[in-house]
Amino acid sequence: MNRSSPIVRLCSIDKLFPNGTHALAEFTLEVKRGEFLALLGPSGCGKSTVLRLIAGLTQPTGGAVAWSDAGEADSSAEGHDIGFVFQEPTLMPWATVAGNVALPLRLKGKSRPEAAARVAALIGRVGLADFVDVFPRELSGGMKMRVSIARALATGPEILLMDEPFAALDEITRFKLNNDLLDLWQALGTTVVFVTHTVFESVYLAQRIVVMTPRPGRVFGEVAIEAPYPRGEDFRGSMDYASYCSKVATALSAAAAGGGEA
Amino acid sequence: MTAADKSSPRGAQAARRAMARDRFLRLLLPAATLLIGLALWEAVVDLNDIPPYVLPAPTLIAKTLVNDWQSLRASLLVTLGTTVQGLLLAFGGGVALAILFNQSRLVEYSFYPYAVILQVTPVVAIAPLLLVYLPQHLAVLASAWIVAFFPVLANTTLGLRSVDRNLVDLFELYGASRLQTLLRLKLPAALPYMLGGLKIAGGLALIGAVVAEIAAGSAGAGSGLAYRIAESGYRLDIPRMFAALILLSVAGVAIFAALSLLSYLVLRRWHESVLAEER
Repeated sequence: MNRSSPIVRLCSIDKLFPNGTHALAEFTLEVKRGEFLALLGPSGCGKSTVLRLIAGLTQPTGGAVAWSDAGEADSSAEGHDIGFVFQEPTLMPWATVAGNVALPLRLKGKSRPEAAARVAALIGRVGLADFVDVFPRELSGGMKMRVSIARALATGPEILLMDEPFAALDEITRFKLNNDLLDLWQALGTTVVFVTHTVFESVYLAQRIVVMTPRPGRVFGEVAIEAPYPRGEDFRGSMDYASYCSKVATALSAAAAGGGEA
Repeated sequence: MTAADKSSPRGAQAARRAMARDRFLRLLLPAATLLIGLALWEAVVDLNDIPPYVLPAPTLIAKTLVNDWQSLRASLLVTLGTTVQGLLLAFGGGVALAILFNQSRLVEYSFYPYAVILQVTPVVAIAPLLLVYLPQHLAVLASAWIVAFFPVLANTTLGLRSVDRNLVDLFELYGASRLQTLLRLKLPAALPYMLGGLKIAGGLALIGAVVAEIAAGSAGAGSGLAYRIAESGYRLDIPRMFAALILLSVAGVAIFAALSLLSYLVLRRWHESVLAEER
């Protein structure tokens, strides 16, 4: 598989909401197959809208979302296996951990026994093997998010969209989940688009950071983080990390200051 | 992690003892209040020589309850039977209509106002009309159904709409059909609301049945508990009125308790309403 070939392209997208909010303007982005891409920007700059457009949960007002294997004008996400992790865990409170993780497979018509083996493997993969039959209310915030990630991986998606998934977690839990997410990404080779408003998190995780301007969101610039994987606590404490962070922070404040008017 | 977060064994034991004491008080105190109230009542009747056709003593009511048990029991079963039937039909109808409303906005717009009108028109005023058009048993049933059906409909409608937006998106992302979304997402999410509506409906179904029975009783036919009350009233058999009234209250409490238990059993593993006490 060619790592640098695009999996999906957003071509000069305009998104205008019925209430008059101009979320995105002339937004162009190419997501490469297998990469870990972070979308960084101030709150309300349309980062979430980008993910929803890729997922096909909302349609662009202008421009198109083009998948690599489809024709230019094909903007539908149908037929693509997409995993989505929301800002909240978004679990069904009436279903156990296994029931929640099995949901995507069950919706695709698989019976419970058919899904069972894969579900058990996924739950083990995110470190919750002892909590298969537990209801979400008995889990901590970090554990719920793990369930949410396991569910997003259930269909073996080619692209994983994550919308500030760790924003509500405490720092220790967030660092742990950052590490586990990187391990998962390396093991599975899935493309990840990770939305965040934290400079530190984006530098730690991503290969490429796309910095967005305030509303209407557009791409202000991008920063490649060339530090090798696996990244660990050493990287977090390194000079490299600090200089990347300051570089990205500078780009972000420049985007916030000037980009909006352009 | 809340599940494993247990304090020291001694602390847990003390907490359990405190909870047991609390539960004991919650049973003991109302029982004591009842006994004291009954004793006072008995004393007032006794000391003032109040005749039973004005105010019967509790002991006399108890005696009547025992002596007339055969006929009262039969009436209790009739009223309970109608109430339960009305409640079941109201639950089925309310949920079915709520689902229909949820699936089609046109149907909702067409019928919702009439459901409201049916609810806000006092059932006391509708019952005599029902008795004109329907055989008595059916009229009582219809009356119980009319008042019990709306809370189920309104609550289920609310529940079907109170679904986590992100979960709706997730179902859309995985291409879920309408039926899948209904069965796997909307109905489970609405379940606590439905059960809440059912709990309200239980008490209302009894009221509806009683109202229709009273209306029918004055027309001269019937065998339910409310009819017993009306009949005893005509005969100035006040102790029997009280006895029938007590049975009606007990029936109401039993229905409420049964529905609360049902709600607890269905929701206990996941819903917040059932968990509040554990913390």
